[in-house]
Amino acid sequence: MEEVIRLPRLGEPAPDFEAPTTHGTIKLDDYKGSWLIIFSHPADFTPVCTTEFIAFAKIYPELQKRGVELLGISVDSISSHIAWARNIEEKMRVKIPFPIIADLNKEVSQRFGMVHPGQSKTETVRCVFVIDPNKIVRAMLYYPLTTGRNMDEILRLVTALQTTDEHKVATPANWRPGDMVIVPPPNTTESAEERLKQGYECVDWYLCKKKL
Amino acid sequence: MACISPDGQPTESGKKLLRALKSGLSSAQAIAQDTGLPLFRVRSGLRELAGAELVTEKGGSYALSPKGKELLGSLS
Repeated sequence: MEEVIRLPRLGEPAPDFEAPTTHGTIKLDDYKGSWLIIFSHPADFTPVCTTEFIAFAKIYPELQKRGVELLGISVDSISSHIAWARNIEEKMRVKIPFPIIADLNKEVSQRFGMVHPGQSKTETVRCVFVIDPNKIVRAMLYYPLTTGRNMDEILRLVTALQTTDEHKVATPANWRPGDMVIVPPPNTTESAEERLKQGYECVDWYLCKKKL
Repeated sequence: MACISPDGQPTESGKKLLRALKSGLSSAQAIAQDTGLPLFRVRSGLRELAGAELVTEKGGSYALSPKGKELLGSLS
């Protein structure tokens, strides 16, 4: 009988794993209390992935300032990951400071739904999972094999999630740190009437913003 | 941060953790703060050292095992 794999969903616990990485064996539990971004790439020694790894390495200090760790994953071997990271450092002068899972048996990538057979039956597509300190999946991004990810968006996304948690607000389209945030909309007639008197910048009762 | 080499000897990171335990630190959080290593690396490293019987763990508190003390003594 074929095994049914339940894919991760927003607001639910991230799939547990214990996996060999370039920094030794790592468990999801090792990240408890920190934010974690797990990102998959199709294959080592490929052009788009190389540009992405350089870009992830460059935003890593900014992520660390926000209490976020990075963990890469692909179906390549540890030796391949090590050789690729060394090649990036030698040729492009960028050190890859975060661990990379060697998911040769696809155990972790299948749990996270990283293999999309319509794109490739053998490689992981470009996924990003943002996992919070309680191991809850807070955001997911999926990019095709041909399109490198946008690091500004990944930083923005994490910052927006952390802002939401800290201030109990939502963030509007194209929000950047420093912009006004959205006050959660009222859920009763009474609070809708009161909302316009509360000193927020409102278009109407359901769309009010404030400065943090 | 593998803490044990394939030859069974602790790596530099492994030695760093063993020395932190020798100094009296016992929790992964305290060791991470003291060494500046990310917490996930300390947790995975301590687990690896415990697997090699260089470290003991009880309720989230870590200590050098007799084997770990002996090894650390031979290194310094």
